[in-house]
Amino acid sequence: MVEKILICGGTGCISAGSREIKEKIEAVVNEKQLPYQVLFTGCRGFCEKGPLVSIEPEGWFYCSVKPDNVDELVGTLQNGQVYESLLYKDPNTKERAVTEKDIAFYKKQKRQVLRNCGHIDPENIEEYLAGGGYQALAKVLSMDRHKVIEEMKKSGLRGRGGGGFPTGIKWQITANTPQKFKYIICNADEGDPGAFMDRSILEGDPHAVLEGMLIAAYTVGAELGYIYVRAEYPLAVRRVEIAIEQARKNGYLGRDILGSAFNFDIMIKEGAGAFVCGEETALIESIEGNRGMPRPRPPFPATGGLWDKPTNINNVETLANVPIIFRMGTEEYSKIGTKTSKGTKVFALTGKVKNTGLVEVPMGITMKEIIFDIGGGIRGNKAFKAVQIGGPSGGCLPESQLNLPIDYDSLLEAGAMMGSGGLVVMDERTCMVEVSRFFLNFSQTESCGKCTPCREGCTRMLEILERIVDGKGAPEDLELLESLSRSIKDASLCGLGQSAPNPVLSTLRYFRGEYLAHIEQKYCPAGVCKNLVRFEVIPEECKGCGICAKFCPVQAIKGERKKPYEIDPEICSKCGICYEKCPVKAITRGARKEAAIVQ
Amino acid sequence: MTVEAKEKIPEEHSQAVNELLSIYKGNPGALIPILQKVQDIVGYLPKDAMIRIADALNTSLSKVYGVATFYSQFHIKPRGQHIVRVCQGTACHVLGASEVMDRFKEHLNTSPGETTEDGKFTLESVACIGACGLAPVITIDDKTHGKLSPDRVEELLQYYTGGASDPLGETTRIQ
Repeated sequence: MVEKILICGGTGCISAGSREIKEKIEAVVNEKQLPYQVLFTGCRGFCEKGPLVSIEPEGWFYCSVKPDNVDELVGTLQNGQVYESLLYKDPNTKERAVTEKDIAFYKKQKRQVLRNCGHIDPENIEEYLAGGGYQALAKVLSMDRHKVIEEMKKSGLRGRGGGGFPTGIKWQITANTPQKFKYIICNADEGDPGAFMDRSILEGDPHAVLEGMLIAAYTVGAELGYIYVRAEYPLAVRRVEIAIEQARKNGYLGRDILGSAFNFDIMIKEGAGAFVCGEETALIESIEGNRGMPRPRPPFPATGGLWDKPTNINNVETLANVPIIFRMGTEEYSKIGTKTSKGTKVFALTGKVKNTGLVEVPMGITMKEIIFDIGGGIRGNKAFKAVQIGGPSGGCLPESQLNLPIDYDSLLEAGAMMGSGGLVVMDERTCMVEVSRFFLNFSQTESCGKCTPCREGCTRMLEILERIVDGKGAPEDLELLESLSRSIKDASLCGLGQSAPNPVLSTLRYFRGEYLAHIEQKYCPAGVCKNLVRFEVIPEECKGCGICAKFCPVQAIKGERKKPYEIDPEICSKCGICYEKCPVKAITRGARKEAAIVQ
Repeated sequence: MTVEAKEKIPEEHSQAVNELLSIYKGNPGALIPILQKVQDIVGYLPKDAMIRIADALNTSLSKVYGVATFYSQFHIKPRGQHIVRVCQGTACHVLGASEVMDRFKEHLNTSPGETTEDGKFTLESVACIGACGLAPVITIDDKTHGKLSPDRVEELLQYYTGGASDPLGETTRIQ
């Protein structure tokens, strides 16, 4: 078996310099004329430890590889040895993990949609075919369309883009619309800040998405498909272009696909940067060349979508699940997950967690397992405070909800939502009021302005939140926020507005005390809101080491060695570096002085 | 309609734009791809370009302007030699992206969406570039710099003005 050296070519690893590593490995292998195959793959998920390199078939897994390691890496491989010091070292047990399976980050994952990501060359269709690619399509093409819909319904697959609508039913509605010309759209306008799973799937396994689109197209009777992808994802665009080209050459796209008289082709449309275009009808407007503003419904896209034709829109991850369902069989597939949510979900795990990256877990796993077992817990041994799920449409869940089994319905009940699957972990140094201001700011900026409740409502909510974080909040503000939220949710035209108040509502539900501290005591417990904190040296505790003064970026700390230092509040930029650096914890991060008096 | 000098398509790009428009003539659905391609050629969308696009597609200037100003990808003002995009996504935000942005504002003496006086840098904020694992992240032109802290900003800018060695490797390795 040919020895393979796989270098992760996901965006995270490329940013960490994996392209240089790949070039250097290639140069060494060519120079020594070694029989190794060097592959540049898609994302392996463990972005925290990039650039990642692995050796197949042994499965040796190297982390944080630097150009200087390349000679030794190839040298050890020639000798059939593991390059010990590049193996992952467990921070708790201090033991080295030889393969991916030995790493805690991967142990609780179920990498089904991501199975190819990081293991095949996404720019080579042969590699996808070798792993059983396009076999699900061949199987489906011999099936009756109604049977395909039945199987999809049985699988229990629900839309991975956020809403969780059953995919089989969506297909059925489009399939039953009598018009002849229909469209399939793959929604790859992943705009949620904090989410990058669709990007990684497109970059790491583009053919899986094409195969899913082909199956959907055959089932609903479409002949043309669009992939609407963010222009901010140039690598994803390029890899999809290559995949489409190769699929055409190999007879998986075009006329009379696999001799079945089924015709289908795919075009790419690059989005131009508007979050609202992730909404189905806004996306359609955008493809038609207009401002991406949602349309009132009905008609729903399934009956009158793109150019008024029946249109079936699915998200990238949903489509990538489709070939798996038909390869595994619906029965096997639906064994994974909970009663109402089947299969796996890919999450982008980020924020203040030790192991950031892309994780795929079975539905029904708890948040605790994701954050503490897979994610390794909170960075810098700080205390967990909240996890934000579902981006600007979702909510923040506190510690009391950590044991919640994750599925579409349990999350909605807890005041959050699956969204596209961003998981941003927050610790004691994150201010929940400021976080909801952040999300409202996002929704307000991205609101298209078409309907008044969203356009004006989000603006007013943002003003109130800005007031609170500035220390000018009034006690009645919280009720005002709640009543505005209700109106915006009820009256907005599309999903953006209907879900925009969620981050505020969920933080009001779980972290109300923090809002009250801002309003009543003019105090930010997390020490984030600059008008509501004051850093001071406790003279009795200060050892006069001068470390704080050395690190202060604005020279606000004065003093003499061995004597208590002092912070000049006029100069202090409240960055908190001194608070972090003080070796004897002699700096306090308290409320403003005048506020303290009120207290 | 009168068009000021700075709103004209620079002479060297004029022909390329005309050639492009002749391909898409009369195809209104192609408006967004055309704007993307014209911006690739010229660097931004001067008024003159929007007028020519409207003519070619047989649509109104207001429609072209409406689309160009709706999407964040399009720019109707000239941009700097280097584009600094500071990610303001959630992951970056909780890990200090606004401090990084503040430092850029300070050093470049400009605000997001604006270009420095010498035309060297355009500072922009971006909702999410999808490299959340490396937060806080910025991109300068097509290079991504991850795991940033405010005190590395100056060094990064120096590299792009030719005063420092490539900081990429080290920047991205800070834990």
